[in-house]
Amino acid sequence: MTKKQKNLLIRVIAAGILMAVIAFLPLDNYPVIRFLLFLIPYLTVGYDILRKAFKGILNRQVFDEHFLMAVATIGAMALGEYTEGVAVMWFYQIGELFQSYAVGKSRRSISDLMDIRPDYANIETEDGKIEKVDPDDVEVGTIIVIEPGEKVPIDGVVREGKTTLNTAALTGESIPQDVAPGDEVISGCINMSGVIRVETTREFDESTASKILDLVENASSRKSRSEQFITKFARIYTPAVCYSALALAVLPPLVRLLMGMDPTWGSWIYRALTFLVISCPCAIVVSIPLSFFGGIGGASSQGILIKGSNYMETLSQVRTVAFDKTGTITKGNFSVTGVHHSTMINDTLLELAALAESHSSHPISRSLKLAHGKELDLGRVEDVQEISGSGVIAVVDGHNVAAGNLNMMRHVGVTGRDCHSAGTIVHVAVDGKYAGHIVISDEMKDTSREAMQALKAAGVKKTVMLTGDKESVAKAVAEMVGIDEYHAGLLPADKVRIVEEMLQAEGEKEKLAFVGDGINDAPVLSRADIGIAMGALGSDAAIEAADVVLMDDDPRKIAKAIRIARKCIRIVYENIYFAIGVKLACLLLGALGIADMWLAIFADVGVMVLCVLNAIRCLAVKRV
Amino acid sequence: MKKTYKIDVDCANCANKMEEATKKTKGVKDASVNFMALKMKVEFEDGVDVDAVMQDVIKNCKVVEDDCEIFL
Repeated sequence: MTKKQKNLLIRVIAAGILMAVIAFLPLDNYPVIRFLLFLIPYLTVGYDILRKAFKGILNRQVFDEHFLMAVATIGAMALGEYTEGVAVMWFYQIGELFQSYAVGKSRRSISDLMDIRPDYANIETEDGKIEKVDPDDVEVGTIIVIEPGEKVPIDGVVREGKTTLNTAALTGESIPQDVAPGDEVISGCINMSGVIRVETTREFDESTASKILDLVENASSRKSRSEQFITKFARIYTPAVCYSALALAVLPPLVRLLMGMDPTWGSWIYRALTFLVISCPCAIVVSIPLSFFGGIGGASSQGILIKGSNYMETLSQVRTVAFDKTGTITKGNFSVTGVHHSTMINDTLLELAALAESHSSHPISRSLKLAHGKELDLGRVEDVQEISGSGVIAVVDGHNVAAGNLNMMRHVGVTGRDCHSAGTIVHVAVDGKYAGHIVISDEMKDTSREAMQALKAAGVKKTVMLTGDKESVAKAVAEMVGIDEYHAGLLPADKVRIVEEMLQAEGEKEKLAFVGDGINDAPVLSRADIGIAMGALGSDAAIEAADVVLMDDDPRKIAKAIRIARKCIRIVYENIYFAIGVKLACLLLGALGIADMWLAIFADVGVMVLCVLNAIRCLAVKRV
Repeated sequence: MKKTYKIDVDCANCANKMEEATKKTKGVKDASVNFMALKMKVEFEDGVDVDAVMQDVIKNCKVVEDDCEIFL
């Protein structure tokens, strides 16, 4: 609790006791003394509200909640309803206290969830001692020491030492990652086992941990439609209720007076005061940012960064999810999965192909090298000739080797055998004779299939895969993971076009999400209703381009993100309907004289407490 | 130019009012107050004296909500 809150708590308790004591004193025959005695708890608990109300009037900002409370309670006291006057102020302050406590509490629990902010960095001084410094002061290129149990404070490259890092705070998944000299480390990870010396490659502000924190903290600055609605609502609601209260206090008695009846001023003024107590919009105004803050914070603890409350809203309405294939559904690491129709030993064919392709840095050549598994003697390769879009011709050990697609085979005058396997096929011809082909394919992620089912369960109607890969590969992948629709052989511009077509076909509350790795699909990410980048840990481009960022590359997180957004939005609407509903009902009952001030207090403070408690549920995302 | 300031304010509605007041201040292009993070993002018009504008912003915020603080 802060000092302010403690102070208020003491005042509330003191005033409560005083009020109870005074209420039981036999003072019915001494009205002046009774009034003066009640003034003590009233001022104890409410003096700051009265002061603020007064200042508000001076600043011509009349219609704020302090003014409402001041008028309502002073009015009640003037009508001789001392207990109610004090009680309204008392409950109002309890509500304020509760609200400020709850908000503070969720602020803290978010920062606990996001426990990635490093407090210090260790620098080795010249005499070999280790000194703790503010990470802000560490320059790029400094060597920092990270001991077991400490957080990596700044992004960098390991120079000395080996260890295992825990990335749970960033990804929500506790998968240990081994690092050795030369490996990159990302701030926010926790060093588990050994001491490492890291050369920093970024400033603290530019490091992953700082960027993520910044992103989460700023997320609620992008306001959702419901927040904008409430801001507008609050602006109209309070003055409207105030004027109605005034009308209620004056008009009916005047009418009664004209009709020759008893005007019953007291009763109508009392009803008007009840109106004022109900008119405070606090409950909804606080519960909505609190819900979004909780939802966004909770999601980020699971490795899902949602960049704004508005994206929460869009995410909850996603009906179509379009995927890029490589890196999202598949792992994006190509590997040799077969050697067919080889006229020589399979390994020899692989070796020849690997040697011929050895000068290329294409993923295909890398996977050939990997499958060959041995060091390649580049001295055996001569006369490398790359034929764009077809493959490579080279002289290996004096033999003419051609490796590439069927075009390549045609180019060297050889009939290649087509392959039925899904994947990239590298045909090899040696000295003008067909020597067989090698199948290279991308591995499916283990969780892709499950992820598609989870999406369907989360209410997504259609899943679509967009890929630059060929038809047969796309078809195989789509069938294997259970995707409804696929488009193959697309250039980046085609992906944008297809996404645009899908956007036009969708209805009002049906949104389209595009999931990519964020590296080469930025245009599509920004074109879709909501762009989701995955496997973003350490990739600034992806974090920059997307609206929702999944820190690791588990596609199941997409469905989880949608579920979290749904839950959060549901809570927001529950609160809006509940709070406005109860208030309108109480206003009506108050106008009819059925609801007294006690009910009005419930409509104000009680609704606020319930809304805040409901909003806090957004924080619980683990089992969503 | 955009700048972010730490703020202190007790209620969500007051934060909204601060946002309104800041937006209306001369020299401010756009502003956004984040009640939960207690931060205020201000986008300034080109070529204004940021410090002077922020003094006005504080003054205007104090008018709508006396009990608020902006840490420059």
